[in-house]
Amino acid sequence: MTGEQITFLVVALGTLGSALMVVTTRNLVHAALWLISTLFGVAVIFALLSASFLAVVQVVVYIGAIAILFIFAVMLTRKDMRDQGPQLNKNWWLGALLAVLTFGGLFSLLQGWSGWSKTAAVIPSSFDAVNELGNALTSPTGYVLPFEVASVLLVAALVGAVYVAFNPRSGDSQK
Amino acid sequence: MIPLSWYLILSAALFSIGLFGVLSRRNAVAILLGIELMLNSVNVNLAAFWRYGDVTNIAGQVFAVIVFAVAAAEVSVGLALVISVYRRRNTVIADELDLMKW
Repeated sequence: MTGEQITFLVVALGTLGSALMVVTTRNLVHAALWLISTLFGVAVIFALLSASFLAVVQVVVYIGAIAILFIFAVMLTRKDMRDQGPQLNKNWWLGALLAVLTFGGLFSLLQGWSGWSKTAAVIPSSFDAVNELGNALTSPTGYVLPFEVASVLLVAALVGAVYVAFNPRSGDSQK
Repeated sequence: MIPLSWYLILSAALFSIGLFGVLSRRNAVAILLGIELMLNSVNVNLAAFWRYGDVTNIAGQVFAVIVFAVAAAEVSVGLALVISVYRRRNTVIADELDLMKW
């Protein structure tokens, strides 16, 4: 067993354990903090896959923005849900069954695939993935159109979010 | 070296955990947390297939970057809806949100 494999196993177990805590813990602030731990584990997985740009974006965008947004939302809405009543609905066993079946189905489907135990090729030393990615995202022959569509979607979604969450009554009272 | 199957198993397990969270949590914010787990497992898959396939074809990473952008858009709109619903109905339990118009 090489050091890379040991690192992967430790990080993967930590990631899956934190993910289980995200979906089962009672306190939602703790769930959001466990989500940060899961996201950090996924960032390490990206680093192991030598996708350095994705690892950095995972930390900056997911942990820095999305997880903090979740913590804000939990704190703005947690008056009545804190520690009383069940956190899972009454059909939770059906959800668990479906999740186990999904995992089993994906596992058996992928096990029959010929690339199942493929190992990674060595990246040529002249190949710079971050440079390639930047070129691909901005060149007209590459992926500039999907990239621009994604940015327009993000602007539209954020304007829409401000409009939906805006409270006209509190706006009046401030005048 | 790590075989591709390890990454695929990790990703499938993360996706299933997220699916369980989406299907069985009562709190709307917790359902969004489950969706985040599922989107992350997809990104792990995309990065793994990029690394174990043709490395010079960068499309896998481009797709993962776009998934990041869509996840940010999804979570901002979702949380805005949850906060708006909480202001009007004073609840974030998905079972109790059963009216089309208040």
